Amino acid sequence: MRALRYPGFWLTLGLVAAGGLAAFITRSATLREDMFLLLMYVVLASSLNILLGYTGYVNFGHIVFFGLGGYVGFYFLSQQGWALWWAALAGGVASAVLALLLGLAVLRLRGAYFALATIGINEAVRAFVNNFGPFGGPTGMSLNFSAYGAYGGPASALWLTFGAMFGLTLLVLVVSFLVKFSRFGLGLMSIREDEDAAMVLGVRTPRTKTWAFVLSALFPGIAGVLFFFKNGNVEPVDAFRLQMSIEIIVMVMLGGQGTVLGPVVGAATYERLRGYLLTSPVFKNLHLALAGLLLLIIVLFVPAGLIGWLRGRFPRLRRVLE
Amino acid sequence: MTELLASLSDGLLLGFVYGLAAMGLSLIWGVMRVINLAHGATMALGMFGIYVIFSQLGLHPYLALVLVAILGVLFGFAVYWIAVHRVINAPYLSSLLATFSVNMMIIGVGTAVFTTTPRTVDFAVGRLQLGAVTLLGTRLVAALICILVTAGLYLFLYRTKPGKAIRAVANNRDAASLMGIPTARTLALCFGIGTMLAALAGGLIATFFPFTILSGTGYQTKGFVICVLGGLGNPTGALVGGLILGAMEGLIPVFLPVTWVPVIEYVLFVVILLVRPSGLLGAR
Repeated sequence: MRALRYPGFWLTLGLVAAGGLAAFITRSATLREDMFLLLMYVVLASSLNILLGYTGYVNFGHIVFFGLGGYVGFYFLSQQGWALWWAALAGGVASAVLALLLGLAVLRLRGAYFALATIGINEAVRAFVNNFGPFGGPTGMSLNFSAYGAYGGPASALWLTFGAMFGLTLLVLVVSFLVKFSRFGLGLMSIREDEDAAMVLGVRTPRTKTWAFVLSALFPGIAGVLFFFKNGNVEPVDAFRLQMSIEIIVMVMLGGQGTVLGPVVGAATYERLRGYLLTSPVFKNLHLALAGLLLLIIVLFVPAGLIGWLRGRFPRLRRVLE
Repeated sequence: MTELLASLSDGLLLGFVYGLAAMGLSLIWGVMRVINLAHGATMALGMFGIYVIFSQLGLHPYLALVLVAILGVLFGFAVYWIAVHRVINAPYLSSLLATFSVNMMIIGVGTAVFTTTPRTVDFAVGRLQLGAVTLLGTRLVAALICILVTAGLYLFLYRTKPGKAIRAVANNRDAASLMGIPTARTLALCFGIGTMLAALAGGLIATFFPFTILSGTGYQTKGFVICVLGGLGNPTGALVGGLILGAMEGLIPVFLPVTWVPVIEYVLFVVILLVRPSGLLGAR
């Protein structure tokens, strides 16, 4: 619980809480929709950060956990009539189990081989779900409109999902902090710096890496269920978009990998930027190219990301920006 | 039986082109330790290169291919000096993201210019009848070109000075640089050749399938599968890997619904990575 003493902890949590509460206070539906997406990206980016930033393993298939968790949860929701909470939990657990099984095998691969394997896993799971009868194959599944009745009608169900996503975001950030300042997190960071040395010094690398992988898979699974419950349907194309995996990496890099505030700042900045580019008449057609240019500039000139750069430039900020 | 033969030969001919694309990927990985995530987008550029030259300038597609190859090398140089050179010694995440950003830019600009309506390069070179099996002329010529290019690449790598320099750099970059090999220029050349192979393969695919600017991505993932089959960093292995994948794509639909093909491909991909990361044909 040492994390509680850091001002950075309260700053990060306060920022996110302010955003979420703003939607609750104004009761504005547009703000709620914007914030929902934003919080979802924060969940995805922060959970990826546990593997990418702390452990130094590049996962190009992070979205597979979002998609698979969403699918499993949605299956229980729409076909078995489970309540949202249990379905969300089931989705998270399914993703975590997948990560546990994969982790034991895939995390033996290092560096670029691991990155390649994650692309393969994403494609394999997508192709499999496309053919899997109980999940509706290529057309996916949809939720009967009356299902929202149990949550007090569609409008109230939307607020409820938003609240759940808000809670999940805060949870991810707290976990992110606790991991960073724990013995476990120290093990992860030593793996990032030098895996062989970490092993020699007594870090049980296979086990530590696998738990990091499981932890980073749990949250996207829950977020997936919430997202697809709100959408009312789920399709393989939406659930396993490789593009989105990369966008999440961009968010983490933009904000600063390995920091807790970084993914939050990165997700917010990227989301606002993309919204601006998509709606501006000049850049509408070129938004992907501009996002690419932005990524290139970050990678070439500011590899530590926004928060990392600030921390390096102004050492005094290190106490506040974690 | 004839059905089996027909799908096998179809798949094998296609496999040559897959192999050519994967060869570029494999070369760049083997020499530079960079996974080029802009490979698929470059293939799409090759497709549109053929399309534009054929429909605007009226040049025969196979002549256009020469032009596309030259442009491909130049484009590869540009990408190397702008995006890759600075991160070549950085952790591999940097080069992955740098090449991916190039991919995003190509697709972004390409979508704005060409939209995403499917295009075709409309021409035919007849067909060859072998018993009950019919071989499409365009695919035969494509396979032939792939074999020629592979042979050319092999000669280049083993018989010419720049080619030997590339192999030396692949072997040990620091030692090569101590022996007076201009490493940066050699790496640029290697990236140029890899990019050229992608553009060529894209151009050849354009002669038999409809395509959009987004088509490259699928072929790129196939390229990874092939590289892993043939051994990452082993260009000739890539051609063999391409043939294996092509044969699989030809044969699996005979026994299973065609939608299962990617499931089997990617599961195989992950399994091989786990069991033998150096690839089925790669050195241990």
